[in-house]
Amino acid sequence: MIPELGQLALILALLLAGMQCVLPLIGAVTGNMTWVRVGRPTAYASGLFVLLGFIALTISFVQQDFSVVYVATNSNSLLPLHYRFTAVWGGHEGSLLLWTLVLSMWTVAVALFSRNLPEIFLGRVMAVMGLISIGFLSFMLFTSNPFQRHLPGLPEGNDLNPLLQDIGMIVHPPLLYMGYVGLAVAFAFAVAALMEGRMDSRWVKWSRPWTNLAWAFLTIGITLGSWWAYYELGWGGWWFWDPVENGSFMPWLAATALIHSQAVTEKRGAFKNWTILLSLSAFSLSLLGTFLVRSGVITSVHAFASDPERGIFILAFLGVISGGSLALFAIRSAKLNSGGTFTLASRETLLLSNNLIFSVTTVMVLLGTLFPLIAEAFNWGKVSLGPPYFGFMFFIMMIPAIALMPLGPFSHWKQDNARRWFDNSIWIMLLTLVGAAAIYAAMMSFSPELIVWTSDDFLGKAWQFLKPWLGMVGALWVMLMTLKWTIDYVRKARARNAPLSRGLLGMATAHFGVGVFLIGVTMVISSSTEKDIRMADGESFDVKGYLFTFVGTDRYQGPNYLADRGHFEITYDGDYVSSLYPEKRSYLSGGDIMTEAAVDAGAFRDLFVSLGEPLTDDRDVWSVRIYHKPFIRWIWLGGLIIMLGGILAATDRRYLSRRTEETSKTVPERAVT
Amino acid sequence: MSLSRWLVAGLPIVGFIGLALVLMSGIGKDPSILPSMLIGKQAPEFELPLLYEPEQIVSKQDLLGQQYFINVWGSWCPTCQYEHPFIEQMSNEMNLTVVGLNWKDTRDEATRWLKQFGNPYETILFDDIGTTGIDFGVAAAPETFLISADGTVLAKYAGQLTPEVFDTTFADMLTP
Repeated sequence: MIPELGQLALILALLLAGMQCVLPLIGAVTGNMTWVRVGRPTAYASGLFVLLGFIALTISFVQQDFSVVYVATNSNSLLPLHYRFTAVWGGHEGSLLLWTLVLSMWTVAVALFSRNLPEIFLGRVMAVMGLISIGFLSFMLFTSNPFQRHLPGLPEGNDLNPLLQDIGMIVHPPLLYMGYVGLAVAFAFAVAALMEGRMDSRWVKWSRPWTNLAWAFLTIGITLGSWWAYYELGWGGWWFWDPVENGSFMPWLAATALIHSQAVTEKRGAFKNWTILLSLSAFSLSLLGTFLVRSGVITSVHAFASDPERGIFILAFLGVISGGSLALFAIRSAKLNSGGTFTLASRETLLLSNNLIFSVTTVMVLLGTLFPLIAEAFNWGKVSLGPPYFGFMFFIMMIPAIALMPLGPFSHWKQDNARRWFDNSIWIMLLTLVGAAAIYAAMMSFSPELIVWTSDDFLGKAWQFLKPWLGMVGALWVMLMTLKWTIDYVRKARARNAPLSRGLLGMATAHFGVGVFLIGVTMVISSSTEKDIRMADGESFDVKGYLFTFVGTDRYQGPNYLADRGHFEITYDGDYVSSLYPEKRSYLSGGDIMTEAAVDAGAFRDLFVSLGEPLTDDRDVWSVRIYHKPFIRWIWLGGLIIMLGGILAATDRRYLSRRTEETSKTVPERAVT
Repeated sequence: MSLSRWLVAGLPIVGFIGLALVLMSGIGKDPSILPSMLIGKQAPEFELPLLYEPEQIVSKQDLLGQQYFINVWGSWCPTCQYEHPFIEQMSNEMNLTVVGLNWKDTRDEATRWLKQFGNPYETILFDDIGTTGIDFGVAAAPETFLISADGTVLAKYAGQLTPEVFDTTFADMLTP
């Protein structure tokens, strides 16, 4: 009964989304305002029914209704209660339902908080959101129905993928989807502006808080995914350039370019092309990410479903959404004027370079991700580009980005001079170079084994020597300059008794977070220790002064698995540090083996132990993996700070004003982002 | 329109079409089909007890001389249940020989399962530890292999066997 109600709710949601999409558009063409206004109430109703569908599926999981195929495939009578909630999005069909639910939430939020927008514009936004909703609801109902029954019901379910039976997986997908789908708002605003043919800076101002918010969610979603992969996959890495990770990273890169481009368009009326194109492509890349995961065209540790029919559906949908919007852009682009002019040394130039760097990086990640497909299409055989390509490319691209980033806030719009930039930053630059060298020297004396030459030739050694220093220079440069800017800004605002702009403070916060992130990356890359060793009961092993003693293993039975649990005692200079219990779990249904690493986390280093295989029949000798990862928490801390910056910027007072603003004035250059 | 205007208007859409073509080329190339290195080669050797008669050991040699399917299944696997009616159809209506490889299972549960849903298999090999499954490169149940009379692997399918899959994957290679 419940599954049928859920099914019915989704069908009603689809019909309502149809009304939400079509009626406001007809109304806008015929000038019938009643029809234009239909967009909002239908969006509320459609969202309500999607929510009911989601609740119905959740109830089916909690009640363990194994006559529902999706429940039987992703759950099991032994599955603990809290994982039955997360199992709702543990597979393909439920992920889509979550996607659609998140889309409805964004739509409802826009409908609620955008009452001050012109009605026709809001009607069009609702129509575009409705179209996206139609696509996902019909994709679900026609190719991937979560409520499909299998009668007679199955006695037992297949169990949730053990990789996903984890706290990180409870929060990671919803947050990531909040980001993915949130970019639909920026997309809808851009398309509505294109339809209207009025592509000035007005719509950009309305779109900015939504874009910032979506970007913040995307940031934290990716950060959590990285953290999850670190401890759950048992590899101890934090980023793998895996197609699914890239699928979430590409929209992030495009959205990063977008939020900067929006600033220029809103304030100066320039870069209108960029802002529209980036709005369209950021969301298209979200869809592409969904396509990559869901169609199975590219294999990945994360890919759950692969089905050509679904692939074709998503591709057709991508064609309608991205192809359609780009065609609309092509038609309208003749009407776009280039907006405010600027000289070479100006904030516009710096932000333009941001756009270029991030767009090119997006394209390079895209090419790298799709390279296996491209190679196959041209019959070059089965090849894929691994982390070396991505790592090198990304490193090269980020050098100018990091170098220019802190100058942005200091610079003036329209016209500035490079001399002023130089005067403003020379002391910080010197401080950075010396400070980085000092930190580097201190690190070397603290742990002389920091540099273990992995290369024999001189250039290789020089590079290995320079890389950590360069990373440190970049991090300090960004952090110190951002601090200096913030102090200057707050001081000036105080002097003029002006309120502080959350937009600017958010920007500074996010930039500072990049510096924190850089420190983490630099330290992890340059001075991690990773040991794969054979350990017998009672043996000890020293890593960076930490003595790991393998006490032994025992076996225990969890709710739905059997586990070998290792016991490690860690001391430093004879002082107790912690006890770690890494596990090797064998899940009862399906026989999957999972490695649960144990981590002693710290602000300046993580100690990471994971259990490999038993090497003897008595299970008293094991292969063991021991990592010492300095500063790895800073990577995720950086992500967290960046997200906070995004949220702070999104709540800027200017966006919260309820007044209808017809035009955005060109603001004097001091009070701007 | 000037050239730069044409570029701004046209490049994005041209790029998108190129991207769509690349993606289209990838559809249907199910990556799970590709990695079987066994196709065209001799099937791995095995010696396994039968499910119903644990004392009797059957090896690859014992099965030579006729074309047969190996269907990897387990009572714990719902997808095996979905494909079960079709396996019965293969053996009863199409008169094909299907050897079951009961994988990572227990005798009790496997026999109970067969009692409930019916037994379409000519012979059922019992591989509770899963070693033969590893030799065959089985990643997840169900998987189905077609083995020729001389013991060569002719085709393999990972996932639920349906009439459509049967037609595209196996039908061409059947000997009458």
